[in-house]
Amino acid sequence: MRRLSAGVSQYARGKPSVIESDVFVQTMQDMGVNFFTGVPDSILGGIIAELMNRRLYTPAVREDEAVGMAAGAYMAGKTPAVLMQNSGLGTSLNALISLNMIYQQPCILIISWRGQGGKDAPEHLVMGEVMPQLLDTIKIPHRTLTEKTVIEDFRWVAETFMKQRIPVALFITKGVVKGLHP
Amino acid sequence: MRPEQGTLISRAQAMEALLELLTDQPVIICNGFPSREAHKIVDRPTHFYMIGSMGNAPAIALGVALAKPNKQVITFDGDGNVLMGMGTLATVGALKPKNFIHVVFDNEVYGTTGNQPTISNVVPLEKVAKSAGYVNVERVLDRDDLVYEFKDMLKKDGPSMLLIKVNEFVEDAGRVLHDPPDITRRFMKAIVG
Repeated sequence: MRRLSAGVSQYARGKPSVIESDVFVQTMQDMGVNFFTGVPDSILGGIIAELMNRRLYTPAVREDEAVGMAAGAYMAGKTPAVLMQNSGLGTSLNALISLNMIYQQPCILIISWRGQGGKDAPEHLVMGEVMPQLLDTIKIPHRTLTEKTVIEDFRWVAETFMKQRIPVALFITKGVVKGLHP
Repeated sequence: MRPEQGTLISRAQAMEALLELLTDQPVIICNGFPSREAHKIVDRPTHFYMIGSMGNAPAIALGVALAKPNKQVITFDGDGNVLMGMGTLATVGALKPKNFIHVVFDNEVYGTTGNQPTISNVVPLEKVAKSAGYVNVERVLDRDDLVYEFKDMLKKDGPSMLLIKVNEFVEDAGRVLHDPPDITRRFMKAIVG
């Protein structure tokens, strides 16, 4: 995986603003990520649309399937990312801990943080509250993307992926990356 | 007693016949006894032996197949595994990777945990695969047929599913000796290029 460069630097310089989906995707491509799969969420809608425009996205039907596909792609030489709503963490928990963790197969988890701060539909509230602790418990490193720290965030993702050879999670909160409907 | 019982070959016998026809193709083998048996029959670096993440073998194989479109990728799977990850039949059927061969050893039980019945005695998994969009599907009951059909699938564009009805016999095979990270590394090295 490569160090990222120019793409996102505009966000660090000027005042914080919403990260454009194309910049987000370009930054990941610049890092060397070249296999994208997942299951959609509204927060990730803009990113997935951009990935589809670039013909980079392989849709999965369940998050654990996406994690499995990413593991296969990794072993075949790709640098994979899996996009999912945080409810999909529950679905993919066994794949993450009994495949990726024990076989040392890294992937980048781009996880939308539904239920953050208790403001969401009821089905998201429990996962929204416990998600960071859940990942701490299963020892998956995580960080939350912000407009101000975007360069450091992506650098951290790349370094953790390379060093630890396990899944690394980047949380996306509502409004940080531009969605389908502004 | 089920009508087919007593006449079928074992999974290990079926697996041995298939492995004789393979050389350096990547083979992703599902968790439980299938991985142990394959490891005992012949241990190749192109084998990815699974020990966990039940239901996920075809998803992993699909990831390899999409990333390596010029390599034929095979997955050895079981009926309980297919039922658990049945959504992946749809993903494979929709994406239609030509280089994907899905072998299902169907013994109608969860053999690794004590032969509790699955529901594959009433759900024909190869028909589910066909409906989902697999191009070639075959259901076979004996060694001659499985060799014939597997050879044929190796020549054809997929995705293909070969469902082999096998008996419940489990080979006396110990755990796979390689550590999981070593399995990953040697598999990666073996399928480069």
